[in-house]
Amino acid sequence: MFPRPIEHSTPAKRTSYQAFLPFALILWLLPLLAIFMTSIRSGKDINSGNVFGIPTEWRLWENYTAVFTQSEAATYMLNSVLITVPTVAISVTLACLAGYALAIYKFRVALPLFFLFVAGNFIPFQILMVPVRDMSVQTGLYDTIAGQFLFHAAFQTGFCTLFMRNFIKALPFDLIESARIEGVKEWQIFWFVVLPLVRPAIAALAVLIFTFVWNDFFWANVLTQGEDAKPITAGIRALNGQFVNNWHLVSAASLLAAMPPVAMFFLMQKHFIAGLTMGAVK
Amino acid sequence: MPASEFQATQQTSWMSRNKLAITPWVFLIPALIFFAIYVVIPIFQSITLSFYEWNGLYDADGNSTATWVGLENYKKLWTDPKFWVSLKNNVLWLFLFMLAVPLGLFIALFLNQTVPGMRFYKSMFFFPFVISQVVVGLIFGWFYNPDFGVVGSLWKMAFCEETTNILGNVTFKCSRTPPDILSSSEYATYGIIAAGLWPQIAYCMILYLTGLNNVAADQIEAGRLDGAKGWKMLWYVVLPQLRPATFIAVVVTVIGALRSFDMIAIMTQGGPHGSTNVLSYYMFETAISEYGERYGYGSSIATVLFIIMLFFISYFLWRMYQDEKGGR
Repeated sequence: MFPRPIEHSTPAKRTSYQAFLPFALILWLLPLLAIFMTSIRSGKDINSGNVFGIPTEWRLWENYTAVFTQSEAATYMLNSVLITVPTVAISVTLACLAGYALAIYKFRVALPLFFLFVAGNFIPFQILMVPVRDMSVQTGLYDTIAGQFLFHAAFQTGFCTLFMRNFIKALPFDLIESARIEGVKEWQIFWFVVLPLVRPAIAALAVLIFTFVWNDFFWANVLTQGEDAKPITAGIRALNGQFVNNWHLVSAASLLAAMPPVAMFFLMQKHFIAGLTMGAVK
Repeated sequence: MPASEFQATQQTSWMSRNKLAITPWVFLIPALIFFAIYVVIPIFQSITLSFYEWNGLYDADGNSTATWVGLENYKKLWTDPKFWVSLKNNVLWLFLFMLAVPLGLFIALFLNQTVPGMRFYKSMFFFPFVISQVVVGLIFGWFYNPDFGVVGSLWKMAFCEETTNILGNVTFKCSRTPPDILSSSEYATYGIIAAGLWPQIAYCMILYLTGLNNVAADQIEAGRLDGAKGWKMLWYVVLPQLRPATFIAVVVTVIGALRSFDMIAIMTQGGPHGSTNVLSYYMFETAISEYGERYGYGSSIATVLFIIMLFFISYFLWRMYQDEKGGR
């Protein structure tokens, strides 16, 4: 292990390391702690400069409910769910199929096609913006939930296919060979042999895509206009305008918007990190 | 009868002979169609559009009102000071964002221990990455606020004296006025980049933590026996083994730097006076502005950004291709 494990050091060093850890963490998360502290106090405190001190009034419940009663936050949150969930379902499904094809079959364009999906992942959004927006307007998908999840699903298919293809490629090929020799049909191999084995990859992709799409801000601005189809990230900005100088409410709304991905991360931490660090080890 | 029978057997044998050639396409087609419609074709449409002038409208017959202008948009870009400021800021982002890689490694090394509760600390250090950039932007916008933000409050502690007048109103007398980072055309970009670094460092950290987990213990031991310690051990023994993690950290950081949009939109909207603009935001602002759509000009900015990105993409793909050839 590198660096040298601390338990091999002197007890004094060990104790000081353990004592320093919480301090370092607080420093690292200071912006977040500060905004949390802001979200539970009253506007009066903030105006009088009481940012770090103990709140004069505890407003945890009031502030967070105020976000919902005084704004469209509930609609935005629901929209985010309605955009994110179908995106995850579509892109992961398509990627399972495509990743299987690219990993298992040897045909000439397999690698170029794979690289096409990989490259699509890295391009700047702006190069897609005008045509996608125009197409959405033409097809009536502009300013709708469906318009957003269809785009996200297509775009995320690139990343998901990259991920799935590499995951399936790492499976023992003998499994597929022997199934073929037994006379199992190709789609049956996919359904009964490969699919059960890629469950961890599906879980990893599901949490990652959920987080990516939930946190999207650019496409929310490009593909929506009114309040009806806006997800929470774009909604937050609208709230920011509406709650001018009500920093306690803006803070509460921001933290609420961050909650679902955070919950997802803590519930599925293992998969999340496995997905994110794929390729970081050989 | 025999003829048709013959044909049938030939047909099935053709099917079975080519089964392995056809099946992959059946699996691929849904993803390919979807990806082509929303990703591949729009790239070419955007590039084409960059040679046109278009406000996004259609005439009564449903034909686009775009007019061909050749290289006019690019000529205009060449003399557009806002474009050059954006490009300069993109370069600044690219260089400063790279700090996330060593800093992520530093935190990973600090956290790569096995004391009780370590798992909790690792996931809490990773936390900023999970939050949306919009929220990070809002947090830092408030953090930098000179009146009631964290920077302002710390400043008051250091440089200001609190005085209460007869009426009981509290006022502050400061020997130096607190800095308004986001309103300064000099510092605003640095302020945004610093905010962007926060989640990016967390991302690099988690990549390195995973990498460190898989560093070969025997090589470390061998290094120790040879008397390698500290920096030398890190540079000659550990870092070479962390290469895949470093590669991915660099890739995601380059992409992150060139894609920076959310934070700028939230924190400054490109201001003050366009000083924090980057190509991605300038493109958006130009294409969908309050003064009507300028799709052609916007597309030319997008094309420039795309070409810049293409250099990096080609390099990444080349590296991946080498790996594909080498491995398996």
